[in-house]
Amino acid sequence: MTKRVLVACGTSIATATVVAEKIKEIAKEVKVPVVVAQCKASEIRGRISTFPPAFIVANTPVPKDLGVPVLSGIPFLSGVGADKLKAKIIAALKEN
Amino acid sequence: MGTTQMPTDVQEPWVREELVIVPLQAATANDAITQLGAKLQAAGCVKESWAQAAIDREKVFATGLPTEEIGVAIPHTDVEHVLKQAIAVGVLEEPVKFVEMGNPDSTVPVRIVCALAVAQSELMVKLLQQLVEVFQSPAVLRAITGAGNAAKIVEIFEQHLTINRGGN
Repeated sequence: MTKRVLVACGTSIATATVVAEKIKEIAKEVKVPVVVAQCKASEIRGRISTFPPAFIVANTPVPKDLGVPVLSGIPFLSGVGADKLKAKIIAALKEN
Repeated sequence: MGTTQMPTDVQEPWVREELVIVPLQAATANDAITQLGAKLQAAGCVKESWAQAAIDREKVFATGLPTEEIGVAIPHTDVEHVLKQAIAVGVLEEPVKFVEMGNPDSTVPVRIVCALAVAQSELMVKLLQQLVEVFQSPAVLRAITGAGNAAKIVEIFEQHLTINRGGN
């Protein structure tokens, strides 16, 4: 089944795009169909209601009560912990 | 088409010598941003408002990247403060603390500050993708901090930033 993933960043869409591309790559690698959407942190609640994601990858702090698992996307920007994040994303993509 | 003139700055690199401060002596992140903003302004790349706008944005959306050994920050702000796209680079001997991107409770000791003056969001994405790759190479970061002069730093960025700045 296609997984929906929401990527959130600050004001610009730049870091979210970088992380979204990584997620698409990973999904392709593990052959899980995904739809990745991007939004600004301020839009996150609105986006969840119209696009309920399996999980969120955020490059900026987001509210803790979203009711959806949230991963930090920063390792894909800094390189530190990128493998760990990749493993977490793969696990989340494969979860039913 | 023979008379069509290319804008003169099309081939100008993102980082130019007059936009590099090495060594950058700054006591705080704000100080570093202010000094780099002044460079960008002197080169006609940003408006006077850029530095304060970048400092303000940093409070809400911090840009310190906790890379493996040498911390990097990429302060930037909204396009309305940008006149001409460029990157100013400061290399610090003594790191300054930037708040970590995505983690307001944590700071990163930063030795390389890249002040991004970017006016097109599409280009910002591509630039960021390349920068992130550059920053993930400890060897390149060590080369930047060890360069010691502006010409060398320009050369390193030119090697790694292959996307066209465009004529803006």
